[in-house]
Formats: sequence, structure tokens, C-alpha cells
Amino acid sequence: MTSFKLGGMTFGSLFKKPETCQYPAEKKEAPVGLRGHIVIDEDKCILCGICQKACPCDAINVDRKGRIWAIYSFHCILCDSCVRACPRQALSTSPDLKSVTTGKFESVSFIPDPKVDKA
Amino acid sequence: MGKATVIPFGPQHPVLPEPLHLDLVVEDEKVVEAIPQIGFVHRGLEKLVETKDYNQFVYVAERICGICAMGHSLGYAETVEQLMGVEVPKRAQYLRVIWHELSRIHSHILWLGLAADAFGFESMFMHCWRLRERVLTLFEKTTGGRVILSVVCVGGVVRDIDDAQMAEVISVLEGITDEYLQIMNTLISDYSVKNRTVGVGYLSHEDALELSMVGPFARASNVNYDVRQFGKGAYGDLSDFQPILSNEGDCYGRVVVRCKEVLQSIDIIKELAAKMPAGDIAVPVKGAPAADAEACNVLEQPRGECYYYARGNGSKYLERMRMRTPTSQNIAGMVKALDGCDFADVNMIVLTIDPCISCTER
Repeated sequence: MTSFKLGGMTFGSLFKKPETCQYPAEKKEAPVGLRGHIVIDEDKCILCGICQKACPCDAINVDRKGRIWAIYSFHCILCDSCVRACPRQALSTSPDLKSVTTGKFESVSFIPDPKVDKA
Repeated sequence: MGKATVIPFGPQHPVLPEPLHLDLVVEDEKVVEAIPQIGFVHRGLEKLVETKDYNQFVYVAERICGICAMGHSLGYAETVEQLMGVEVPKRAQYLRVIWHELSRIHSHILWLGLAADAFGFESMFMHCWRLRERVLTLFEKTTGGRVILSVVCVGGVVRDIDDAQMAEVISVLEGITDEYLQIMNTLISDYSVKNRTVGVGYLSHEDALELSMVGPFARASNVNYDVRQFGKGAYGDLSDFQPILSNEGDCYGRVVVRCKEVLQSIDIIKELAAKMPAGDIAVPVKGAPAADAEACNVLEQPRGECYYYARGNGSKYLERMRMRTPTSQNIAGMVKALDGCDFADVNMIVLTIDPCISCTER
């Protein structure tokens, strides 16, 4: 009977829900805290550059003159160092996973100038 | 006596998850000598300590190896904390150990699946990896990552596990236990598994001590050594900890030790979850390690004792970071165990040391 030791478990799996899903047609729900990708709230960002210094793999570029905040996803390791370092809580981690990219490019965000907006 | 023939084994081989090369000197289907060679995945990660500051290097350390990711980030962080005299909050210590034991569970179940696959037990392989997937989902929910967790920082951890999540961890582990016991009983008592493992790759207690074996490989030869028994961090608060030992010294003994260690890890997590203290999860760490300050640390990785050494130079970049990983110790024992074995048993013996070549070469 030793051959059938695993039989119960194997037989039971005939009646259980499948463990796998038909990806990409069907996707599992992402857990709340999943580190999917970094998102920026442009209205909160003050372009201080602390996130750029905190990043261990130089994925973030901050251009104060051009008022640009850019992240290069191919360098980003989703460690959340920038999220923790941001003094204005402008950065956060979204649990959504992005689709497969078709090219290697930076995700660029233009930060609005509060002085110009007030004027 | 037949003519000696050298048969190359690896670096690309179906049984090997990572590249290891062996020159097997074979006579009449018996291995008379095995000459190991590594060096296929060296990445120079220890050298990177000179260009990444001590906080950033945590992320490099956990990329030394995917399966041991949690262990390496924990081992490195503990070494730097020792170097700088940082006292980690109790809750952070508990959380670290819980994640570390979860990673031991997933590492051992992964290995059991690979071992089953190596001796042709395909359905067992599928069942093991199905259970492992549940542990990875727990990681995903509690840390945000499946394999690279990025939760350890110098001074504590960056995420907390709240009561609801902890209850889910415990309930998932209890759910795993029933199915895991069926898998374990099959592996331990099935005659086809015993045919492939009993008496294969024997390493005596004396040889294991002489060759400085570590981890489940040594404990299968009745070497009573497990870093967790020193009671460092949250391990000190366990009511009782006894290393899992076996007298067999063969592949079967190693299977049994790893099988039982999964249950032991589940018990450790349950006990620590019940005792979890309230409080902070990290303390702010400022300044830099003093010049010529040295620290060394040992940690029980899933594969055995891992030794860490760090030296400061007064700046936030360390002068030197050195690791001695369990597989680099165990390769000597593997070569000894291969002496005189049947050629068909080589893959089983190589697999039962659970080689982690990425860790070894760094």
C-alpha cells in the first residue's frame, strides 16, 4: 500500500479549486502591501532630491531646473527606501503590477511650480 | 578493475538548480574520486560594500541568493548592528525570526520537491511546490515581496505584522501542516524513496566533524550543532530548542532532518507569535562604524551556519565585508560522500547537501 500514501491528497485535488490561474486572462488579486511600483503625487513633491540620495541603485533622477522627477524602472529594485525617505510623503508604493514594457525608458513626471500656479 | 574514466557532471545538469561542476573519476560505474569546481556565478558582491553605504548594502546582501535572501539581509544587519553597538527592539527581533523561519520552511519544502524530482517522484515535486507557494503568498502579504523581502534594515525592520496578519500566518501554517505531514510520511516511509536514499552517500560522525560540516548535512551525521541553540535574539525566548539530529549519516538521514525541521520551524513561529511583544519595530541608526571596529556574527541559514565579518573605516562605507556560507563548508563533505558511490547516485548525493552556489561564490 505504500504506493498510495500520496493517493488521498492527489485524489482530493480532483475536486478542489485549481491552485493555478489562467494568467494573463485571469489575474490574482494583489495583496494590499505588495510592492508593485513607485508612484508620485506631483502636487506634494518639492523636488528636494532626498529620494535620489536614498536610492541604492541610482534609479531616480531629480531635475530642479526642469522641474522633472523621473524613475528608471529597470534600475528600481522596489526597496521602498525612497518612500521612507520622502519628507512630504509624496512617494508611495502601488500594489498594482505594471504590464510588460515595450522599451527601456524613464517614467517622467513634471512637478508643477507652486509659484506659477498661484500667479 | 576497469579503466578509469573522467565524466564531467554539470555545470548545466537537470538535477542542479545552480551551476556546479564535478569531474567524476569513474571505474566500473563506481565513483573513485570527485573533483569539484565552482566559479560560474561569481558577481563580486562583497566588493560592492565599498561603494554602497551600510544601509544600502542590506539590499545587496539579500541578493546574494534568492532562497537565503532573508537570512543574508538579517545576518548582515546583525553584524553591522554589532559593529555600531545598536540595540534592536524586541518586537523587531521577533519579526525577523518569524520571517527567517518562514524562509527556512519555503527553502526546505523547495528542496524536498527538488529531491523528489531527482529520484523521479514527479507528483511529490508538484505537491511540495504547491505548499511552498502558500508560504510565498504569506511573504507577499506581510512584506510586499515574494522572494526578495526587503524588510530588514540596520536597526530593526521596516514593516510590522499586525494581529490580523499574524492570525492569517498561523492559520495558513496550520493548513499547511496537515498536508505537509502526509508528504513527510510518504518521503520517510515509502520504500521507493528508501531504495534511493538509505545507505547512499554515507558520511560518518567523525568525518562530519573533521570536515567541519554544518547545517542539516552535519545534523544528519549526528553533529549536535545549530546556531539557533545559542539563543540569539528572539531564539533566546523559546521555551525549548533542540536541534533535529539523525544517526543515519546518509541521504535518507538528510531527508528526515530537513523534513522534521519544517515542523520545528512552524512550532517556533507559533510560539513567537503567541509571545509577540508590543513596541517599536526599529531604532534610528545614525553615524558610522568606527575605524578598525570589527564584528563577526553567525546565523543558521536553511543550509547551515553562515559566518559574517565586517570591519569599519570611520565612514558610512564599510572597509570589508566577508561571508562564509554553508555550502562552501559542505562541498568538502559532499566530495567525501561521493567517494565510492554508484554513478547513478551522484545526483542524489549532490542534491542532499542542498548546494547553494550563488551564496558560495557571491
